[in-house]
Amino acid sequence: MDMMIEVQDLTKYYGPTMAISRLNFGVAAGEIMGFLGPNAAGKTTTLKILAGFLIPSSGTARINGRDCVSQSLEVRRSLGYLPETVPLYTDLTVTQFLRFAAQAKGVEAKAETGELDRVVAACGLGEVRHTLIAALSKGFRQRVGLAQALLNNPPVLILDEPTIGLDPSQIVEIRQLIKELAGAHTVILSSHILPEVSQLCQRVVIINRGQIVAGDTPENLSRQLGHGSRVRLTVKGPEGEVAAALEKIPQVKEVAGEGEGRYLVVAANDLDLRPQLARLVVERGWELLELKSQEFTLEEVFLNLVTEEESTEEES
Amino acid sequence: MKSTGSFLAVLRKELAVYFATPIFYITGFFFLLLGGYFFYSNTLYYSYISYQAAQNIQISGQLNPLQMVFRPMFATLAVVLLLLVPLLTMRLLAEEKRSGTAELLFTYPLSDWSIILGKFLAALLIFTVFLIFTIAYPLAFTVVGRLDWASMATSYLGMLLLGGACLALGLFASSLTENQIIAAVTGFALLLLFWIIGWQQEIGAPGWGGFFAALSMMDHYDSFIRGVIDTRDLVYYLSFIYFFLFLTKRQLESRRWRA
Repeated sequence: MDMMIEVQDLTKYYGPTMAISRLNFGVAAGEIMGFLGPNAAGKTTTLKILAGFLIPSSGTARINGRDCVSQSLEVRRSLGYLPETVPLYTDLTVTQFLRFAAQAKGVEAKAETGELDRVVAACGLGEVRHTLIAALSKGFRQRVGLAQALLNNPPVLILDEPTIGLDPSQIVEIRQLIKELAGAHTVILSSHILPEVSQLCQRVVIINRGQIVAGDTPENLSRQLGHGSRVRLTVKGPEGEVAAALEKIPQVKEVAGEGEGRYLVVAANDLDLRPQLARLVVERGWELLELKSQEFTLEEVFLNLVTEEESTEEES
Repeated sequence: MKSTGSFLAVLRKELAVYFATPIFYITGFFFLLLGGYFFYSNTLYYSYISYQAAQNIQISGQLNPLQMVFRPMFATLAVVLLLLVPLLTMRLLAEEKRSGTAELLFTYPLSDWSIILGKFLAALLIFTVFLIFTIAYPLAFTVVGRLDWASMATSYLGMLLLGGACLALGLFASSLTENQIIAAVTGFALLLLFWIIGWQQEIGAPGWGGFFAALSMMDHYDSFIRGVIDTRDLVYYLSFIYFFLFLTKRQLESRRWRA
């Protein structure tokens, strides 16, 4: 596949402190990649290097085949970047600022007004166009930050925590906007909000303490790292008897009764337990009301990974 | 639609910020207030001497408005410049770093020179606006007397070059820190140094006196307000400006590596 963003052995030290260490990943053209990790994991540092704001201590980062350090200007031409803290020129109005951003990004004078209208509409900034940025709420500032990143329609977007500080309805809007960008744009976004990442991204890279701990599609991650599959079933039958019968199946690791005939069955391995469970219930003459495979959420995967890593570290 | 932004984008933005913040209005107000006062007091002195010359034909030969009114006015305005320029430049790069907007500015497809030139020229343009307002003084003078406008023009050229040199140095001071006050103090101290460095020669210090005088900002300024354009002075100011803009560029480059 055509890699739009390629990162090889990327390492960054702030003085003696390591921020990221030997990161390797790639983002295919048109893909939305989620960059997930707890605070201070090295997400922002990586994105700053990709945006050309920082220079790595070693390793390379390439965007569209161009090196982020030696061909910085060319790389920056194809970028839209939303920094984590959303720094803006607070003495300017929204229009003044966006006009500057458009000119700085090399939007042609003829296309400038149209381009401004486009991002203002896309980010819902119409009502604050002539307001001083200093007077804007956090949500609006976030949207101004996103608007400047979208100016000049760059093929690559780097969004550092794009939905932070927004209210729930705005979050939905912005997520929808980001989803629409996929295909024509390559997007890399960082977040520590897990449902957001699993909703938006085709691929997720999980990073902790400056190192990649996992990278795959959200579905694969939950399957591979969920440690066994889970099935939720609802059975009409004598409660104690059902639970005991379920536990007797050799591949079943754990059965948790949740009341009103509902049970959560955890398998010892990745095996799909549904056929066996269905057969058992029918053989015993109980009534099967519901049978559903329950995937691990990204939250659980993430917690598993991060805590696992910490425990191995303590052991060693 | 993929091209590089030019220094004009930065220039326009800096002008917008200058006009949106009080620093432009306050510095401009005091610059013109002081300039107006110097002009007024010098003109008063000139008219007093002129009145005496009517009785005493001996001193009428010395009566030259350029020498008695405008040369001292421009010399004093140069000192005002020393105090005022760090205020105009302190924000330029320091504030970008403090507020974090540097992260936007340096990730836009702008070369370091576009950023530096945009900021420098914006400050120079603001200073030129102040200078244009001071043309009111010689214009007012023409109501009562005649003026040599050619010498006036060289004075203004000198003022513009001196201002440019001070602004370049101020911009460099602003690139060193993220604190505006520190930027202003550093700019002021460096300007003072380049002003008084020529005094060595005046007190007759041997050896290096001539060298230091050649570096002095004010010595080169003096010939302009006497109505003389000397290539050496032009070269001095232009290389002074280039040197400090170049240092600023180096400072910006090193920031990327050190962060």
